[in-house]
Amino acid sequence: MKYVNQPVRKSDSMALVTGKPVYTDDISPKDCLIVKILRSPYANAWIEEIRTGTAQQTSGIACVYTYKDVPQKRFTLAGQTYPEFSPYDRLILDRHLRFVGDAVAIVAGETEAAVDKALKRIKVKYRVEEPVLDIHTAKDNAVLVHPEENWEAKVSFVGADNKRNLCASGKEEKGDVDEVLSRCKYTVDRVYHTKANQQAMMETFRSYCYIDHFGRLNVVSATQIPFHVRRILGTALDIPSSKVRVIKPRIGGGFGAKQTAVSDVYPAFVTWMTKKPSKLIYSRYESQICSSPRHEMEIRVRAGADENGIIRALDVYSLSNTGAYGEHGPTTVGLSGHKSIALYRHTEAYRFSYDVVYTNVQAAGAYRGYGATQGIYAVESAVNELAAEMGMDPVTVREKNMPVEGGPIPGYGDCGDIAPSCAMDRCMERAKEMMDWDAKYPCRDMGNGKVRGVGVAMAMQGSSIGGVDVGGADLKLNEDGSYTLGLGCSDMGTGCDTILAQMAADCLNTPMENIVVFGVDTDISPYDSGSYASATTYTTGNAVIQACDSLIEKIRTLGAQMLNVAPEETEFDGEAVTAGEKKVSLKEIAIKGTCGNSQELQVTRTFSSPLSPPPFMVGMAEVEIDRETGSTRVVDYVAVVDCGTPVNPNLARVQTEGGIAQGIGMALYEDVQYSPKGAVRNNSFMQYKIPSRMDIGSIRVDFRSSYEKSGPFGAKSIGELVIDTPCPAIMNAIYNASGVRIRELPATPEKIAMGILENEMKVQN
Amino acid sequence: MNINFWLNGVCINCEAEPDMILLDLLREKGCYSVKRGCETSNCGLCTVLMDGTPVLSCSILAVRAEGHKITTLEGMQKEAEEFGSFLADEGADQCGFCNPGFLMNVFAMLQELKDPSEEDILEYLAGNLCRCTGFAGQTRSILKFLQYKKEQKEADNA
Repeated sequence: MKYVNQPVRKSDSMALVTGKPVYTDDISPKDCLIVKILRSPYANAWIEEIRTGTAQQTSGIACVYTYKDVPQKRFTLAGQTYPEFSPYDRLILDRHLRFVGDAVAIVAGETEAAVDKALKRIKVKYRVEEPVLDIHTAKDNAVLVHPEENWEAKVSFVGADNKRNLCASGKEEKGDVDEVLSRCKYTVDRVYHTKANQQAMMETFRSYCYIDHFGRLNVVSATQIPFHVRRILGTALDIPSSKVRVIKPRIGGGFGAKQTAVSDVYPAFVTWMTKKPSKLIYSRYESQICSSPRHEMEIRVRAGADENGIIRALDVYSLSNTGAYGEHGPTTVGLSGHKSIALYRHTEAYRFSYDVVYTNVQAAGAYRGYGATQGIYAVESAVNELAAEMGMDPVTVREKNMPVEGGPIPGYGDCGDIAPSCAMDRCMERAKEMMDWDAKYPCRDMGNGKVRGVGVAMAMQGSSIGGVDVGGADLKLNEDGSYTLGLGCSDMGTGCDTILAQMAADCLNTPMENIVVFGVDTDISPYDSGSYASATTYTTGNAVIQACDSLIEKIRTLGAQMLNVAPEETEFDGEAVTAGEKKVSLKEIAIKGTCGNSQELQVTRTFSSPLSPPPFMVGMAEVEIDRETGSTRVVDYVAVVDCGTPVNPNLARVQTEGGIAQGIGMALYEDVQYSPKGAVRNNSFMQYKIPSRMDIGSIRVDFRSSYEKSGPFGAKSIGELVIDTPCPAIMNAIYNASGVRIRELPATPEKIAMGILENEMKVQN
Repeated sequence: MNINFWLNGVCINCEAEPDMILLDLLREKGCYSVKRGCETSNCGLCTVLMDGTPVLSCSILAVRAEGHKITTLEGMQKEAEEFGSFLADEGADQCGFCNPGFLMNVFAMLQELKDPSEEDILEYLAGNLCRCTGFAGQTRSILKFLQYKKEQKEADNA
């Protein structure tokens, strides 16, 4: 092996670091119509009357569209395999406006100035109604977010009911939780509240569209889901999806945000109607108020342990806020139970129940971790509270209960509820050593009013959606002996184009420079579900390996023919096919492939796994708290990850560091807040503060790898897992430092300072 | 309004609307490395050099470029390749969208600070956001680059 498990530089690095024009807006045609959206000022309103005459007459305006102009078939913007679990609850433009920022009209014109002028000239009379803004009263509320008759849940078993404001609801259980809890010596019953967060990738949502020489709609989009966008646009525009081609250039980050086709429908509709090229670049303001943030969840956890600290029962109820539309609502909530309960292998009984409610705020979507982040924060926090009840070190309670290789992962719902590969024990051991846990736990007074505490959490995720996700690889031998690897997964900066080429290079025994990676163009690339659900390394990686094996067979067959021997007699070493003394070079075979040849030197392989082997990790945080002000800083974070074989240790490390930093943002700063009327308060980077490099202390990453037999070269996933530990580990560290339990994120200085004060008052009384 | 300025060493004479911002003019002139990550002077992605000083091109009117020397990453390709390969070797280029603004500010820092400490580096670059890396890899790349430059200088002196 030459490339796998090596810190290879990303294949597109030099273009990126030298600022080459490789992103959507850089390559858009200069004569594109500029598309902008008029947005609703109300959280729940109906358009009584809309007048666009003067707007349409504005100089430079190509078109103005309202709800009267668009197809009336509902669809979802969620990037999911058909039939989507997310309900079909959207129109491109609707008479009913369901959140502040919902689309009222589309305007396209030659210049931004003309479009801005026309937007102001649209006159709308709204009938304003009371919005549903509180998740606790949303279910069975008299006000319905989706009263319409043509609302449709494609998949019946998700328990959705628009007449009850329910996007999903359900229950899964094993054993009698209440009975087991009643026998437990120690129990806790707590409610944890996580807030909506913005992915805040640096490149906002964007796409441009044009009509090609066959009259087809071509869409160049910053997306994680090119093939799903193709289907979604076909449905939304009510045209065959064969009329749609989607191309993904380099994209400036996604983190799940771009697993929803947030903005593509608008320029697609403009170009389809006008046949003129158009583009829509979301402002940061739009990316803050009408995008696809993390689902806010309130999670009640009941946990019980016996006298030996063995956790016997877990009861998790998640109340999730999908906002005005149901993208990823029914699926994210599942992970809040499946990836959290499964961390405790001795449970005799568990129950996981949930409601996902519609409210009149911007629709939630997919954000790295996808519900697991919320659920793991709640369950890991409850276990930390349970440890305190028992007077036990939170590391010890985990050592007694953590997942082990070949052991149970209760309620995981995949892999037969057994961990096929797992090095959690070694992750914990290493994290403890790196943090010097035994010396630092629980806290140290630093003098000067500052106190430092340490905290711990475990996490797991999946590697693809078992039995659903499809990875594709297309591999061909070119005339010059080089290879082209066609991919349908979506590199969003993470480096999947590179790591998949690393795998191919090792399989084909060829230098990486000899492999051209191509992606993504739905006309040419092999089908791939897309880059989400931590699927790419595992699923597409396996497709790549199979494609290499198949192509090698074809190379040997043609080589054997050239050598006049049977294919079984040949060997291929990457440079030549040999049979005893006889030898023909790869280049000769490649040339033979182009002359008088009837055997294709090209293969497409598709891979889907019934399994979703979980990666595991341990996170430990050390925080410093100013006891006077509550000001808190993560001074050190230790992350030890079992992602199976790290295919590219550098990229795996940076994934981890980036995920931890985002998690620190979620834990301490980030909170999408709404006014009493439902308008987003933090609608820019001025108010919505993501961590800067001054806010992040040291992040130290190490790997303790298991070997996943079903994975490519033993690999599992890493992308999402790494955001799951900061919230619970930091809250645990804050408690150990200050005695304050933060059960509603983020842990702001106010909450901590007030908590310290309250504790002091309790002592005084 | 008619303006004259130097863009990456070339004298430019052009028309600019009074409300046009420098960022849009630079992209119009083909400097696509200049990116917009916000509209509120918070992200640092649009950083360019004005007479060698880093400025946010989203927060400067195009007409303010009159008579000044503007440098974008297009004008510093050799330097971008040299430092950029350190960034790439850490895997810290990631999505790349923030790289140009980050590099421009790194170049300004290298001009301004002699032998900066890690703390100096973090403080100088605090205005350059990145959502992919958690910043650690960027810092490693700068420290390694400084070490490389130091060794190069020592070798030259010896």
